[in-house]
Amino acid sequence: MTTHFADLVRPDRASTRLYTDDAIFAAEMEKIFSHTWVWVAHVSEIPNPGDFKTAKVGLQPVIVTRDRAVQIHVLLNRCRHRAATLCEARAGHVNSLICPYHGWSYALDGSLRGVPYEKGYGTDFDRGEFPLISLRTEQYAGLIFATFDETIMSLDEHLGGAKKWLDLFMKQGGGYPIKVMGEHKFRFPGNWKIQLENTTDAYHFPIVHKSFLTAVDAEMEQQMDMLNSGGWVEDLGNGHSVAVMMPDLVDLDDNLDAPIPVRFQTLADELAKDHTPQEVRRLVRAVGGAGFNLNMFPNLACSMAFFRVLQPVAVDETEIRHVALGMDGGPPAANRARMRIHEFFQGPMGFGSPDDAEVWDRVQRGAQGGRDLWLMLHRGLAHEAENPDGHRVSDVSAETGMRAAYRKWRDMMAP
Amino acid sequence: MIQSDLFPLVSFLWLEADLLDGGEYDDWLALWTADGKYVVPIDPKATDFENTLNYAYDDHELRSKRVARLRSGQSVSASPIARTVRSQSRFRLLSSGENWFEIRCAQFLVESRRERERYYAADVTHRLISTDAGFRIDQKVIRLINSTDTLDGIGYIF
Repeated sequence: MTTHFADLVRPDRASTRLYTDDAIFAAEMEKIFSHTWVWVAHVSEIPNPGDFKTAKVGLQPVIVTRDRAVQIHVLLNRCRHRAATLCEARAGHVNSLICPYHGWSYALDGSLRGVPYEKGYGTDFDRGEFPLISLRTEQYAGLIFATFDETIMSLDEHLGGAKKWLDLFMKQGGGYPIKVMGEHKFRFPGNWKIQLENTTDAYHFPIVHKSFLTAVDAEMEQQMDMLNSGGWVEDLGNGHSVAVMMPDLVDLDDNLDAPIPVRFQTLADELAKDHTPQEVRRLVRAVGGAGFNLNMFPNLACSMAFFRVLQPVAVDETEIRHVALGMDGGPPAANRARMRIHEFFQGPMGFGSPDDAEVWDRVQRGAQGGRDLWLMLHRGLAHEAENPDGHRVSDVSAETGMRAAYRKWRDMMAP
Repeated sequence: MIQSDLFPLVSFLWLEADLLDGGEYDDWLALWTADGKYVVPIDPKATDFENTLNYAYDDHELRSKRVARLRSGQSVSASPIARTVRSQSRFRLLSSGENWFEIRCAQFLVESRRERERYYAADVTHRLISTDAGFRIDQKVIRLINSTDTLDGIGYIF
């Protein structure tokens, strides 16, 4: 079947088949996920030589390692002999990677070190011919990305307009480096792009998360009144976008004289034992997280106080990880507060995520009907304008971020 | 056959299980001590729950909010609330003191919602305090055997 991918996306809409067509999903895994920068880890997950974690680039399993020279490597998790995965643990510490099938062993940089009974291969066997496939790996702000494509632009150029927002996001370390404190993983029976769209979709928040808004105090409810707080959505180029829901919380080092919210007063009192009043204000502001969601095409979002990582599984199945972040070496009380905030909204038992998962599931079910209909992405288009950076901007409830992502989708699927 | 000395404890746990499956949440909330914690950990080895990321770490206020959310009709994932049936067996008294007991059991829960059935197996450990009004739950820890795997949305109370 020939699919003309370019016909499936228009500036203000996308075809329903993008959620339901197996052939499109297979093409996406190749044309998108094998040819762009895919987020695989944060540096704090592999702090020491010998540390590793496993991840995926599209559907392909990889191992992220730190070798003895503290270099980070992203290696295809597939023995060069007969393909077995070298490692199924999610994370850990090793000296080398040894295949469980016939014992081929690899160093942490992927080079083949040992082959049992090597003479069975004859005298011209060259270990240098069979290293683990090593992906191109680059970092920005502690985020590790990898790609199979040696020819694409640098990570720096790829992130482009998103870098400013990443720098702002990392300020929630409150003066400490950001560290990963754990993650909530859940899945929903739907296409990965349904989740991708959601990160810069403030329009859904007061509807889907009404029960969450009922559970918070009045001060926070007002803060979360994101459709009436002067926010905006900005197309950052390369498929990335940012939704600024709480403009007061864009730069966490600003407004340090603002009063401490009631819900953080107990924390502030505890921090005051070991910190100056100015430090307390900075830490408390950092604990609450940033006032925006940054969406980076195709698989990572920096969403207020956590990373949201999407992992396509099948055309109608997606895994989501909400990675909790803390202050590395920061006050335990501040990190406890961040974990409690994360547990409250996120994950399979949070007060927010299950409702997101439910409506995404409903999108996938509804998309089984009327496959010739369009997904409408035109909200906020009429008043969209260019800002001084040359970025398209519209109001906070606009679908500007989705239009940006689907334009990138079309560029990659139908170059 | 339950050992006779365990029977009062087991009866209490079965009552709790029945209240949760039956949606009798006010009675369930009343079973707790004032400082009691409802915990669903992620890390199978976690014991310092306060300093660890969990799925749920509820004090009385959060338990009450969880119940309010289930009843509110505002949560699309809890409208309707999943139906659940849970069974508990393999009870073992881990430790006890003058007026407290730590008891672990196996729990198997079947969830049904929108024509989907899902299953969760867990080790459930209760710390129960004996009071004049009967047992009260001081801590309940639900260790799902697949806690580090990817879960589906869970809009009810384990």
